[in-house]
Order: sequence, then C-alpha cells, then structure tokens
Amino acid sequence: MHAAVIVFPGSNCDRDLAVAFERAGARVSMVWHKDTSMPEGVDIIGVPGGFSYGDYLRCGAIAANSPICRAVMAHADKGGYVLGVCNGFQILTETGILPGALLRNAGLKYVCKPVDLNVTTDQSAFTQGYSAGSTITVPIAHHDGNYFADETTLDRLEAEDRVAFTYARNPNGSARDIAGILSENRRVLGMMPHPERMAEPLHGGSDGAAMFSGLVQQLADA
Amino acid sequence: MKARVHVMLKSGVLDPQGEAVRHALGSLGFSGVEGVRQGKVIEIDLAETDAAKAEAVVTEMCEKLLANTVIESYSVELG
Repeated sequence: MHAAVIVFPGSNCDRDLAVAFERAGARVSMVWHKDTSMPEGVDIIGVPGGFSYGDYLRCGAIAANSPICRAVMAHADKGGYVLGVCNGFQILTETGILPGALLRNAGLKYVCKPVDLNVTTDQSAFTQGYSAGSTITVPIAHHDGNYFADETTLDRLEAEDRVAFTYARNPNGSARDIAGILSENRRVLGMMPHPERMAEPLHGGSDGAAMFSGLVQQLADA
Repeated sequence: MKARVHVMLKSGVLDPQGEAVRHALGSLGFSGVEGVRQGKVIEIDLAETDAAKAEAVVTEMCEKLLANTVIESYSVELG
C-alpha cells in the first residue's frame, strides 16, 4: 500500500502522519505543495495537520488553491482515498471535497487535549478497525474546529451514515458534536482529532493505530 | 482602480468573536450594544479601469478564494 503525505509550508503533523502509515505497513512518499501530480500508484493521500500558509485568509484556504491540491481533487474525483486530519480537514472542506466548514471554536480558545470520540460508523476503510458505538481517545489541537454545515447537509450526513466520529463531550461547538465526516463514496475522511498522535503506546495510547492498520489492510487487498 | 471587499459570516452562522467583543463593550460600560458581528475588509489594487469588468473579476475572486460561501457573504465596493 502506497500512501502520499502532502507537505505545505506550515504543516507540522506531516511526519507524524507518515510514521503512522509506515508503522502500519505502508510505503510513504512525502509530496511537496508545489508539485502538480502524485507519485505513480498512490492508494491514499494524507493531508496533514498544521498551519498551512500560516492560516492566512482562512484556515486551509490558500492550501486548497495550491498546485498539489488540484492533484488531490483529481485523485478524490476518480475514487481515490484521502485522509485529512485537522488542518487537512479544513483544507478538504475548502476544496469542496467534503461539505461544510470549520469555524472558530465556540469558546474562542485553542484547545489541545485528549478527547473521547464515539465511533459512529464502522462502514468505511478508515473505521472498519473499530466497532460502531465504541469510544476511543485521541487528541485534538485546534483553534478552528467548530464544524458547521446547514441543517439539510447535517441531516443528509446523518441519514447516509457519513458521520464517522462524534465528540463524547463537545469541545468546540461543532454542530451535532461532529468530529469527522466521510465523503459520499466513503473514501474521503476529514476529522479534527489526530489519530496519528495516538498510534503507539509511547504516545500515551494507541487508539488511533487501528485506523492506519485498517486502511493498509483494505487497500493492500484492493 | 481600487476595490474593497467586505467579508462577513452569514447571519445564521454564530460569530463567537463578535459575541466576545459585545461582552467586552458591555463590561467597559457601553450599554445598549445589542449585537456585534466581526468580519474583514480586503483592499485590492486593480490595473482594470472599467468598473463593470472590475466588479466582475472581483466577484470571481470572492467566489474562488476571498470568501467561503458556505459560511460567509461578501460585498464589493469600487472606487
């Protein structure tokens, strides 16, 4: 399984994401934001956390218009897998690959702490390693993680079983406690919490590891 | 030609920063502040001299980059 991890100026979770994929058995290529195409045979693209382009204008807005993001959109359009974490989730909503937007946290504070997440669905390559209804602990670290979408979109996400994770205790004001959502074809996941930062015992927990091992397993079989 | 773009959160979208400013104004003794919304202003210098063309191109800039129309509305002022 071949994963590509995008590196923007200001990305700071790119290596963590690459290591999580590697530990799960994937081959990883780091891809620079000025590149215009993906390496040959990429199965999944990781869009990492951080502060791409200094969060100028809006979080993820400049990155969404960078050369490499056209390749990310083309990959998603043809049914490729994409995982966006934190700033990566913000970028995916800015490109329109995922619906909605991430607003300033309702409490206005940057929140950095482990949180409990409810696994809402196991019907995706990202969450098949978990049981629906179970709770996992993964850290968040964001200032703009307050998920917003209009009521119709929220109803549709829930009806189509596309809410992947909800917060057990809402830390940021997100609509319907949403922490992560799937695309219509269930091959793109955007989430504010960081599974790559809770992927081995030395991190203080390894609840995030099942996402990466599940992806490697599913994409290796494909 | 100069263009000035105002970007605001749409009316249905909670603006926690505006709310914080409203509370701060209240604690400074400014009574009767019923609501505060915070947005941003972007000033653009354009080579274009035709107002209609300038407005069209700035509107396209807003749609593609300057505003996220999922959560924000915008208005364009030329002058």
